[in-house]
Amino acid sequence: MSGEEEVPPRVAIGISFGNSNSSIAYTTGEGKAEVIANEEGDRQIPSILSYVEGEEFQGTQAKSQLVRNSANTVAYFRDFLGQDFKSIDPTPCHQSAHPKEHETTIAFSIRDSESETPSTVTVSEITTRHLRRLKTSASDFLGKPVTAAVITVPTNCTDAQKEALKIAAAAADLEVLQFINEPTAAVLAYDARPESELSDKITVVADLGGTRSDVAVIASRGGMYSILATAHDYNLGGSQLDQVLMDHFAKEFLKKNKSAGDPRENDRSLAKLKLESEAVKKALSLGASANFSVESLAGGIDYTATVNRSRYELLANKVFASFTRLITGVVEKAGLDVLDIDEIVCSGGTSHTPKIANNLRAAFPESITIYAPATNTSSLNPSELAARGAAIQASLIQEFEKEDVEQSTHPMVTVTPHLRNAIGVLLISGDESKGKFKTILEAETPVPVRRTVHVTTPREGGDVLVKLCEGLREIKVTKPEPKPKAEKADEDDEDDDDDDDEDEETREKVWKVSKPLAEAAVKGVKKGGKIEVQVNVSADLEVVVIAREVGGKNEGVRGVLSKPDVVENGKA
Amino acid sequence: MATQVQLPLPVLPDGWAGTNNFKASGTLSAPNQRNLEPVGPHFLAHARRKRHKRTFSEDDRIQAQENVKKVEDDDAGEISEPEDPVMLQRDAKDWKNQDHYAVLGLSKYRYRATEDQIKRAHRKKVLRHHPDKKAAAGSDEGDSFFKCIQKATEVLSDPVKRRQFDSVDEAADVEPPSKKQTQKGNFYKLWGPVFRAEGRFSKAQPVPQLGNDKATKEDVEKFYDFWYNFDSWRSFEYQDEDVPDDTESRDQRRHIEKKNMNARKKKKTEDTARLRGLVDQALDLDERIKKFKKEAHAEKNKKRFEKEAAEKKAKEDAQKAKEEEAKLTKEKEESEKADRAAGKKAKEAAKNAAKKNKRVVRAAVKDGNYFYSGGDAPASQIEHALNDADSLITKLDPDELAALTAKLNGKTDGGEITKIFKEESERLVSAGKAQAGEFKSLA
Ligand SMILES: Nc1ncnc2c1ncn2[C@@H]1O[C@H](COP(=O)(O)OP(=O)(O)O)[C@@H](O)[C@H]1O
Repeated sequence: MSGEEEVPPRVAIGISFGNSNSSIAYTTGEGKAEVIANEEGDRQIPSILSYVEGEEFQGTQAKSQLVRNSANTVAYFRDFLGQDFKSIDPTPCHQSAHPKEHETTIAFSIRDSESETPSTVTVSEITTRHLRRLKTSASDFLGKPVTAAVITVPTNCTDAQKEALKIAAAAADLEVLQFINEPTAAVLAYDARPESELSDKITVVADLGGTRSDVAVIASRGGMYSILATAHDYNLGGSQLDQVLMDHFAKEFLKKNKSAGDPRENDRSLAKLKLESEAVKKALSLGASANFSVESLAGGIDYTATVNRSRYELLANKVFASFTRLITGVVEKAGLDVLDIDEIVCSGGTSHTPKIANNLRAAFPESITIYAPATNTSSLNPSELAARGAAIQASLIQEFEKEDVEQSTHPMVTVTPHLRNAIGVLLISGDESKGKFKTILEAETPVPVRRTVHVTTPREGGDVLVKLCEGLREIKVTKPEPKPKAEKADEDDEDDDDDDDEDEETREKVWKVSKPLAEAAVKGVKKGGKIEVQVNVSADLEVVVIAREVGGKNEGVRGVLSKPDVVENGKA
Repeated sequence: MATQVQLPLPVLPDGWAGTNNFKASGTLSAPNQRNLEPVGPHFLAHARRKRHKRTFSEDDRIQAQENVKKVEDDDAGEISEPEDPVMLQRDAKDWKNQDHYAVLGLSKYRYRATEDQIKRAHRKKVLRHHPDKKAAAGSDEGDSFFKCIQKATEVLSDPVKRRQFDSVDEAADVEPPSKKQTQKGNFYKLWGPVFRAEGRFSKAQPVPQLGNDKATKEDVEKFYDFWYNFDSWRSFEYQDEDVPDDTESRDQRRHIEKKNMNARKKKKTEDTARLRGLVDQALDLDERIKKFKKEAHAEKNKKRFEKEAAEKKAKEDAQKAKEEEAKLTKEKEESEKADRAAGKKAKEAAKNAAKKNKRVVRAAVKDGNYFYSGGDAPASQIEHALNDADSLITKLDPDELAALTAKLNGKTDGGEITKIFKEESERLVSAGKAQAGEFKSLA
């Protein structure tokens, strides 16, 4: 083709499209991800559309329509996209337009025009309208038309759902550059900060949203991420906490206004109760107490009340405990111990709740960093993590040809063997039972990989042994020494007894050699010399070991371990 | 950049050998195939390397995904039970009497259902029975059963409420078999499930199991010990009578609360007694207990027998030893006696021999003419000679005397005899037994 049309450069943003809220983010010239506020100043834009006399409202404005105009307000629709009616849970839509089966898809019956007769709007169309609004907000902010986006999705999002989302986005003139997993985006948001250092770590991402909670265990090795396990709970999220407050205020209201009727039993009262309860809940994340105030809550009676945080935490105790269980459960599911976890990233709006983070602090070892506003002052806004991660990825692949993205995300590229066990050297002694195993490559490191360490030598130098092994992490449990019963006067015996039992056992990570791999001798090392050990693992798990004295004249030792017979998820 | 390791490498052991200073001893364990998250700068660098001017097809995709470790669960496929039409008609108001596990399709799991299973079962039921769906399908089921589902989930996903329900979940009970049934055999098969079911109430987990006839005495004792000291979390508030709400009088409320408390206590006491009775019964029927008793008895008998035998043997041994000693003493005495007799005889014989020898010697002196050469010996010579002979005899021990006697025997020649005596006297002198010139007659 001769007519070389000037293709305008792509303008790509990151979008997190949630059931409750959506966010849009971009990457600044300095490479910093920023979340964009829409015209109303919201960075968390409720994923809600509402129609009044043919006029479309989105976000916070649409949300407030849940009270008066719930039938023409569409909310909590993201999870319906790309699904059939049989496999959706309509529960979150009790107080808004109900989803209906429409041909092979799902639709809402709403009056979205001035006409009195409602029209059937498919979930795909609703999504398109929502994305179009997001795109407009971003374009307005950036001052140039946005053309593409990286969009975050839950880890269990099916190909069909992604395809449906892609089509809906395309209808809004938005090219989906890539779908990325929400928890991975959250980790990327943290790792892309200029102050973060590249390190091998295992992160638990707890994405606690409005209607569901999703947890993932992610291994990060040399900056590459692999998901080890996930868990999803569709009945746990911010709405459960809203419900706790709704029940509380409804009961308090009933105590004072016996005849007014239960606000939970009338749609409009319920909607008011819910909106205000959510507002109170958010306020309690910051303050020690919050006011509840609704005009004409039920039976025409205005209601105001105050609740303090400790009361709320008591009321919501069980829901909070469920969050902790969900998160500890996924660690177990990954076949890991809590001691294997390096950090927990709390993501999603509900992660603002101080008690949830504090409970995690109590349930996990001290050594773990917990990124949540309540537990770590350097944490990022949990509501923004996914969008930021998406924006970073968008900036990385913005210039890619479409095919390049496709090929880079192809399983031939992404499916990679990961080391089953850690590889390391023995220190102090070459005896497997006495030597101290020092990890060079962690388990779950994708191959090919190369790693180098510098190891000190015995004081005198001389000939040293480099013994390469596979290591297994074990958990050593030490029961506290039973305290010798101090001889004390009989009277105070009883008071002290209880404390004794509370000594907790200590648990620690220890390494055991599971398989010796190779030995290399480095001879004539000078006093105080260091040995450089380099381990190269190829894609088919052949290992090349190089050991040499740092700065030594000798060229050192080079040895090869042949690849294992079976390269599969089986036993070698 | 290389990581710095502070602890030192080991010293090369003496006699270490390898080719070019290297020795391979193993290969890496088979890896896990996982999907890398195609995100971030490091992944993109990896992708660039891996693609390296290649493109991949759909076939490649299928092949690549073959062995990938799954991190997402399949939908709750395993939780599927036919739904009882009667159950679907239930009124949620009667939730206290509903079988929450059956409502969620978890009848065969009951107290063993994991939290995850409950969540997934709930979702499955919601997807099916949500009133919006029923309405769409033109069914008039209403939302009654949906409410049952919500109630079941509310109870089962709250650890406290779930325990209260599990405490009275009769469907999870296993009735103990009768004595008659048990006596037909199959003790372990019949009672094992009873204890397994009862074990669900134990605060301490895991609970020791009944085992089989090969169990060691120690295990069996541990088992009954555990069950006689059973620490149960079972409680009975689930069966409380409903406390009337605020509209009723406070007294009435108090009254019912108190009644409930008492009922719970009573049921708990009864339950403890029931369990104790059950353990008693099992213990009573447990053949292993009899076997161990018998064995213990036999062991005891064996011990006693052994002890008695040992005692008898000791006694016999002592007796034998005594007899032996007596015999020895006697023998010794006899031999000593014999010795003494023999000694006396020998002495006498020696004495006789000596006497005889002395006589021979003396006679020889006479035969040898009193060592006088030439004619009859003068009286003085005779006297000297006899004295000298006597003194010589006293200086000789019996053997020497015998030897001398032997030399003298049959000798008649005076010179010869004198010579023999002379030699003997010289021998005695040189042996220091006599002084030179002592024997004057021989001088
Ligand atoms: N500051 C806050 N404190 C407590 N809860 C909050 C706060 N901000 C938002 N939330 C809650 O977070 C939930 C929405 O989280 P979000 O991650 O946006 O959800 P989703 O992933 O479902 O779109 C809502 O229940 C909301 O009430």
